[in-house]
Amino acid sequence: MWNRRKEEEKPAPRPIAAQPAQPPPQPVKTQPAKETSPMSSVPIRPTESFDATRAGNAVLGKSVVVKGQILSREDLTIDGEVEGTIEMQEHRLTIGQNGKVRASVKAREVIVLGTLHGNVETGDRIDIRKEAKLVGDIRTARIVIEDGAYFKGNVDIVRVELSKPAAAASASKPSTAPPANSPVSTGPAMAAGVGEIKR
Amino acid sequence: METRSSSGLDQFCSLLVERPGLTLLDLAGANQSTMGFLTNLGHRVYSDDFLLQMDRCFGDGDFYENQSDPQKAAQFLASALDYPAQHFDGALVWDSLEFLTGPLLENVVERLNNMLRPGSYMLALFHNEERVETIPTYSYRIQDRKTILLAPRGRRRPAQFFNNRSLEKLFQDFESVKFFLTRDHLREVIVRR
Repeated sequence: MWNRRKEEEKPAPRPIAAQPAQPPPQPVKTQPAKETSPMSSVPIRPTESFDATRAGNAVLGKSVVVKGQILSREDLTIDGEVEGTIEMQEHRLTIGQNGKVRASVKAREVIVLGTLHGNVETGDRIDIRKEAKLVGDIRTARIVIEDGAYFKGNVDIVRVELSKPAAAASASKPSTAPPANSPVSTGPAMAAGVGEIKR
Repeated sequence: METRSSSGLDQFCSLLVERPGLTLLDLAGANQSTMGFLTNLGHRVYSDDFLLQMDRCFGDGDFYENQSDPQKAAQFLASALDYPAQHFDGALVWDSLEFLTGPLLENVVERLNNMLRPGSYMLALFHNEERVETIPTYSYRIQDRKTILLAPRGRRRPAQFFNNRSLEKLFQDFESVKFFLTRDHLREVIVRR
């Protein structure tokens, strides 16, 4: 009895196939792509604070070389070499410690542990970790640069928009805010900007 | 990490507070503190590590002798100071000019002059102890408009020592040179383009 009750309490294992409503995960598209070896299915070594395989994102392994355009609809970790363009505006790009990327990048979030040559545009944040190397111009809402990282380029902070209720409230008030094209932000948006210090 | 109060930085920042949306050059190497301070004021920041660039170009062998090699000097200028004319509204060069010898130093100052817009400021620091073999080097970071954070980067032999007269000569093509007296051995200089 006791054993049976315990078994009943256990949630039934959920097979991967039991999610018919969701489309199958999209592989990374490369147009055109020349790969010296197939995309790695072997889990890479976890990086300092981010285990790509556990998070269930796509991974380009150490021995993979991609030349061309990458469009991704899921988070992507690059531990190999990429040359071209990378677009994944709703997702996170992680360039692993072995990663060498020479590309313009558009992503929601970018974490650099390896080497990146190219301009970066993020909707949320870019995180340049210790021993990372980034040469290029950055347009982002937030930036974190760890000590020991090398960065050469321009940083342009794009202030995040106010949340809808706050924006509506401010819209109803007489206008004292700077013009829309002003790079200066006030209030909550300022607080959401650069302020994080990692050492 | 040490801190020091800085009247020169305060003067430099007076420009930044008055006019948002400036394009600034910081040659101390990218760091969170300076980046946060400047971008929160609404400015764009261009970062590079000038000392690291020097080491890459001249570090193999005699550091100062290599600076007189025209090929290496040209390579350095191309990699470290290849910016369009009148691109910046301000520059933080910190103490990097102390580690450049004669002709290259003049070339670098000329380039800085060319890169800055008229009316903009440049902050530079110079040690004024003449009887020392080496001086401490730092990664300079802005904590607030009056305070500099100094992250140690070892010691180096400076190329030369500058007095007020030699500094005026060095920046003779700029509109004005302003010196700030300090209690330690660091002379702060604000140069107006």
